[in-house]
Amino acid sequence: MTSTTQSHPASSGAQPRSALPPAGDPRELPLEVHDLTVAYHRKPVLWGIDLQVPKGQLVGIIGPNGAGKSTLIKAIMGLLPLSSGWVKIFGEPYRTNLRRVGYVPQRESVDWDFPVNVMDVVLMGRYGKLGLFKRPTSKDRDLARECLDKVKMLPYANRQIANLSGGQQQRVFLARALAQESDLYLMDEPFAGVDAATEAAIVEILHELKSRGKTLLVVHHDLPTARNYFDLLILLNMRLVAFGPTGQVFNYELLQKTYGGRLTILSEVADAVRQKTS
Amino acid sequence: MNPRAKVWLLSALFLAGAVPLHAARIGELTDTTVLEQITRFFSLRDPALRAVLLGSVLLGITCGLLGSFIVVRKMSLMGDALSHAVLPGVALGFLWNMTKDPFAIFVGATLAGLLGTLVVYAITHTTRLKEDTALGLVLASFFAVGICLVKMIERLPTGSKSGIDKFLFGQAAALNTQDLQLMTGVTILVVVLLALFYKEVLVSSFDVGFARAAGLPTRLIHHGLMLLLAFAVVIALQAVGVVLVSAMLITPAAAAYLLTDRMHRMLVLAAVFGVASGVLGAFFSFLGNNLPTGPFMVLAASAVFGTAFLFGPRHGTVARWWRQRSRSARVERENLLKSLFHVLEAREFRGEGVTLQEVCERRRETIETVRHGVIALRRHGLVTFDEAGEAVYLTPDGWQRARAIVRNHRLWELYLTNEAKIAADHVHEDAEEIEHVLGEETVRQLEKGLDYATRDPHGKVIPSTADILRGDSAASAENLIGYGKRP
Repeated sequence: MTSTTQSHPASSGAQPRSALPPAGDPRELPLEVHDLTVAYHRKPVLWGIDLQVPKGQLVGIIGPNGAGKSTLIKAIMGLLPLSSGWVKIFGEPYRTNLRRVGYVPQRESVDWDFPVNVMDVVLMGRYGKLGLFKRPTSKDRDLARECLDKVKMLPYANRQIANLSGGQQQRVFLARALAQESDLYLMDEPFAGVDAATEAAIVEILHELKSRGKTLLVVHHDLPTARNYFDLLILLNMRLVAFGPTGQVFNYELLQKTYGGRLTILSEVADAVRQKTS
Repeated sequence: MNPRAKVWLLSALFLAGAVPLHAARIGELTDTTVLEQITRFFSLRDPALRAVLLGSVLLGITCGLLGSFIVVRKMSLMGDALSHAVLPGVALGFLWNMTKDPFAIFVGATLAGLLGTLVVYAITHTTRLKEDTALGLVLASFFAVGICLVKMIERLPTGSKSGIDKFLFGQAAALNTQDLQLMTGVTILVVVLLALFYKEVLVSSFDVGFARAAGLPTRLIHHGLMLLLAFAVVIALQAVGVVLVSAMLITPAAAAYLLTDRMHRMLVLAAVFGVASGVLGAFFSFLGNNLPTGPFMVLAASAVFGTAFLFGPRHGTVARWWRQRSRSARVERENLLKSLFHVLEAREFRGEGVTLQEVCERRRETIETVRHGVIALRRHGLVTFDEAGEAVYLTPDGWQRARAIVRNHRLWELYLTNEAKIAADHVHEDAEEIEHVLGEETVRQLEKGLDYATRDPHGKVIPSTADILRGDSAASAENLIGYGKRP
């Protein structure tokens, strides 16, 4: 417990200590969140979140439904108005450094009947870097093809996106994020409703990105796998319950605190912890 | 009533009622043939007709392009609300100096349209009402105000000749040079803006969250589109009329949406359909001695949509029906092949070719039904059929297919009993369905997962993929009368 931080009103404002101390130069710090509060219709959904995410880490965001996991990454990208606090990406406000951030939204957030094919969607990852009035060049296409190859979707490049399975659609979204060539990736439930093969492919890509020094924040809903997938975990339930190395924060006490009295989840937690100790 | 239903109803009314009624008093048509009318209309000699033609073309392009984005952004109802909301603006623009000054009307209508969208925005963002309700509210109330103003203008001394009523159903013949200048200006604006910001509009239409995260001004894009939409509605008013403008936006785009899976093709197609509908509508109105053009344009667009709906190669109803039919025909063929295999298997692959009688007994069908099925199999090269002897012989192709389908069935039964722990006497029905849809890859996975088992839950042999692909081993082919030997 010593190296984890619990955010409660008395200690809000205190910087949470993470496993790796932040580097001296704030421009080296991929993500810094300070006292972030977000409210929908005056009802707060995130309270006083403080985070300093070090470079080259694979970070999982876990917590029960309605804990504000998606809200957190949307707030980081400025998609939602903040009631208080600030967010810095590599030491700058989000809008200054947005080219360095890649985003994988939830799969359900778009209409898959939209008249575009797989290649069109992946090329959208290049739009941010292209600037106004410019069309994707053959270089952009080559890069998009590479990204599709990484997620093993190259054979489907000309497929209309409605004619893909859920796992394939998720991989297209991942390829689009890869095409953004960013340094910090924010992913909203990339494992939701995907088949085992896709899940393995995604994990492989996450590790590959990490090995290239990228920082990844991934919203995740499956507790047992969370323990294996991530270096650091953010335990979230409207407040930051804990943030630290998976080995230290993935314990019964903190998970119970995160998930409250939800019995089904609790037994799942018990199972997960038991697995860990055995 | 939804816009499409309204369009159909109005079009039908016009076709049924208006044409014969007016046909009686068409003076000009009596001394010219239809052919001469056609040449006159399309020869571009008559300046008035030239204006009508040009106006319809411009209108078709603008409506098709903007309509495509309206359709994929699911804002079709917004087009309808906007078109009704502009009517008070049209009337006020007219009252400004009591003439049909296009610029005054353009400004009035645009302002009214934007006010309408603002009210929709205000209602959805300050109350718990959702957008569809807000659109309905704005559409009806603005239109009511507009109708009151129009009726008021008609009662004014100069009002009866004002032609303000033309704005309800459209009259392309009334287009003047200033109208055309406005239409040209708006069309150029729409084409240029969409070409310049194509990728921004595309990504913000497909995935607004991603677009915003990438730093695109999605709200600006939305409001820009709404402004262009208001412009398009206003220039279309003269030709199509308030009531049907939204149909010119939605219908060509909807037809294009059914025909293609790429946005840029949809834009081009929608523009082409828009132009065709506009020109055809204007032409029929001209043939009918200047009937209102709007209904005819919308009718032409609806005909295009109907054609796409029925005959579109991928999403069309006929194509879908055809695919379904050929799928069920394939299932029929596969089931018959399976029965032939079962007969052969029951006599341990000995004896002569399978007789129709044997198949009848197994399938509990009449001899005629079976003969029909066998002839279909022969057409596909799966069997040879000795009609005199009423005996059926599988071709190598048929033998392969028959065993593949039996393999699928038995593998699935085994999978259900072994992996899903379902009792062996409950798995047959499920396997009957799935045997026709299992892909090669799934079959390979199943075989592997079941350790290349050779017997199904009922103790029957499961043909293996390896054997099937190799053709049959020489020994069993020799023994297999139904496939190997022919009389």
